[in-house]
Amino acid sequence: MSPRAAWRLESLGFGDVYDYENGKLDWLAAGLPTEGTNASRPRAGDVSRKEVPTCGIKERLRDVANRVRGQGWDAAVVVSGERVVLGLLRSKELSKEPDQPVEAAMRPGPSTFRPFVAIDEMARFMTEHNLESAPITTSDGRLVGLLLRGDVVARPREGC
Amino acid sequence: MPKSIDREEVQRMVRAGAQLVEVLPSPEYEEDHLPGAIHLALRHIEDQGVEKLDRNRPVIVYCWDTA
Repeated sequence: MSPRAAWRLESLGFGDVYDYENGKLDWLAAGLPTEGTNASRPRAGDVSRKEVPTCGIKERLRDVANRVRGQGWDAAVVVSGERVVLGLLRSKELSKEPDQPVEAAMRPGPSTFRPFVAIDEMARFMTEHNLESAPITTSDGRLVGLLLRGDVVARPREGC
Repeated sequence: MPKSIDREEVQRMVRAGAQLVEVLPSPEYEEDHLPGAIHLALRHIEDQGVEKLDRNRPVIVYCWDTA
């Protein structure tokens, strides 16, 4: 649609016309700000924990587990040097035999989600699929943060 | 011939004064649009484009994706 618009504008005499061909989807997927009625609604990228520990694929699991737990976490995201998500270490993986490399222990290729997905949609999906956490990434796979189910699913108060 | 540009180039050009135009239908524009973008539905480009846009500044058009 935008190429046709660009061509039409040019034919109307506009001399300096450009087509952002990857469009709004690309913009939203990068977690960039928008305007409009949805702009104030929380999205996955807003609520995700940016401070989630990360580690490299070649690190030793023992070192990573100690570091992660020392930061008060029980999960870490395995990333490349460019912060592209390669795997996930949840509590279960962090408790595996500690002298192996991360790449042998991690959960490889976890499902990732884009930053613009609405929180209520993420809550529904994570509940239905029993996901405790979900990496939020840009469209090129770079880590934005880790979304925790406890942060998006309303929990009943104890004693009710 | 219109040139295709990527996100980084869009950001750079907007900072330099380029005009952003979303050509999707109104409801989609109302929900989300790039900061500062104006709405110009494809079928109204001829009658509204001339009056809404400044010919002396670059114009960047976009829709949802490459479609």
